[in-house]
Amino acid sequence: MSVDENMVRRIANLARIGVSDDDVPGLAKELSAILGFVEQLSELDTDGVKPLTSAVEDKIRGRDDVVTDGGYAEDVLANAPEKDDEYFAVPKVVE
Amino acid sequence: MADLTELNLAEARDGLAKKEFSAVELTEAHMARVSASSALNAYVLETPEKALEMAAESDKKIAAGEARPLEGLPIGVKDLFCTKGVRTTACSNILGDFTPPYESTVTQNLWGDGAVMLGKLNNDEFAMGSSNETSRFGPVVNPWKANGTELVPGGSSGGSSAAVAARLGIAATATDTGGSIRQPAAFTGTVGLKPTYGRCSRWGIVAFASSLDQAGPITHTVRDAAMMLTSMASFDKRDTTSIERDVPDYEAALTGDIKGLRVGIPQEYRVDNMPAEIENLWQQGIDWLKAAGAEIVDVSLPHTKYALPAYYIIAPAEASSNLARYDGVRYGARQNGVDIDDMYAQTRAAGFGDEVKRRVMIGTYALSAGYYDAYYVKALQVRRLIAEDFTKAYQKCDVLLTPTTPSAAFPIGKNVEDPLEMYLNDVFTVTVNLAGLPGISVPAGLDSDGLPLGLQLIGKAFGEEELLRTAGVLEEAAGFDAQPQDWWSA
Repeated sequence: MSVDENMVRRIANLARIGVSDDDVPGLAKELSAILGFVEQLSELDTDGVKPLTSAVEDKIRGRDDVVTDGGYAEDVLANAPEKDDEYFAVPKVVE
Repeated sequence: MADLTELNLAEARDGLAKKEFSAVELTEAHMARVSASSALNAYVLETPEKALEMAAESDKKIAAGEARPLEGLPIGVKDLFCTKGVRTTACSNILGDFTPPYESTVTQNLWGDGAVMLGKLNNDEFAMGSSNETSRFGPVVNPWKANGTELVPGGSSGGSSAAVAARLGIAATATDTGGSIRQPAAFTGTVGLKPTYGRCSRWGIVAFASSLDQAGPITHTVRDAAMMLTSMASFDKRDTTSIERDVPDYEAALTGDIKGLRVGIPQEYRVDNMPAEIENLWQQGIDWLKAAGAEIVDVSLPHTKYALPAYYIIAPAEASSNLARYDGVRYGARQNGVDIDDMYAQTRAAGFGDEVKRRVMIGTYALSAGYYDAYYVKALQVRRLIAEDFTKAYQKCDVLLTPTTPSAAFPIGKNVEDPLEMYLNDVFTVTVNLAGLPGISVPAGLDSDGLPLGLQLIGKAFGEEELLRTAGVLEEAAGFDAQPQDWWSA
């Protein structure tokens, strides 16, 4: 599978990574090479094989649906690039 | 007084117990070496005040007869572990000067057992790399040199491996997603242990690929690795994949007796173009274990060649999801944009390095509509076949013996331009992560350039005791005692 320049732009947009026009051809080449390497998986017949998402197949532990943590907005906000009172601040989203 | 940085973890513990020296003296000796080691670039942040404070506290505990298992032992921490009040960046620009208001479970366990923090260690950005060349702080230089050439220390835990090899800390924490503990250990003549998935809590460790990430130690000896694991391992409710299981005293497992142990040799690890030196070392390892009373069994792991391609879908897919959190809103370095979407895109363009961008984009592609089944689901199916290979092999054997890496440490810059060539470094280690098994690299010899080579042992899930016992026998037989010549101390 080779990735063309339009596909690079589409993936970059989905991944929310800004790419300049200069970056696109190089990325197309690199991503194509990696996907070409991965292509050998198609040699394997995996019909009926159940996907393995985790090496731990135990049932995920349940817990009571109660608040166990929190109440320290100051800590949570301590690393915010921009904050306003007890809120993270971002550029205006709704006009 | 003899040079205290020459001691390994167990020796230092015993010396402290006999009051031959104090924890402050031991810590100061290491701090002096750390501050003179900038040529290696192993530390990205030194914490001397914290180190001295912790060491002084240890001396009080020792004086009061209340020494904890790792009391007063100075170690380095990979910059992937969140440390309360101490900058943690995963060596990525996107984290800016992130200073966690909490401590990772693994490091908390170590401090709770009395260990002393010397500082934060360099690594590949978000642990994505096999040479420690993708770090925002620049590459780490391997203390070992061949013919005067500067070499990589392996990756992603290159700061950890270089620090231990150069005696800038008696041990170090590290993490392993595809080989990031074992490969750097092999490149630096140190011991690197990746525990079973779920043995050490992932809570507070910057996530790369959550179904593969596992913390472990890099140390001088197998005994030291056992000491570190006994402290690092725990059940943690805050990690949903942490396994509720008692933590044994791993050091007690080192009996030196492996009579009757069945050691499997996977034929598929005899890859094309494997250097004769690695092939010979592997055979030497087989002979050593046989001489110690083990039975050697040929086994087959037929899907081995598909492990790397499966990994390079699964790990990037999980990374693309995990790294979605770096959006410039809650922490890290923000770049302003014309609107909020542009702010995200600019923040991530400026904050992520090239390799991280590549992997996030591959992962995004593999998870996107129309490609999900062909790539992501396919890779997960192959992952099951790989895990089943091990299950079948373990019907015939107890542990597996393989080389750790297909080569010794390579020159800085050699593989930077070719991501695929770099990925091949993990050919012998990545299967272990996909199957969630424990693996350890033990230094076993030197190549013709005088560079260390490692042998890898792979255990059954939660078979760390048997694994460490076997590693101890291998270590004893190899008698590896070479050290890099100190060219870096300023």
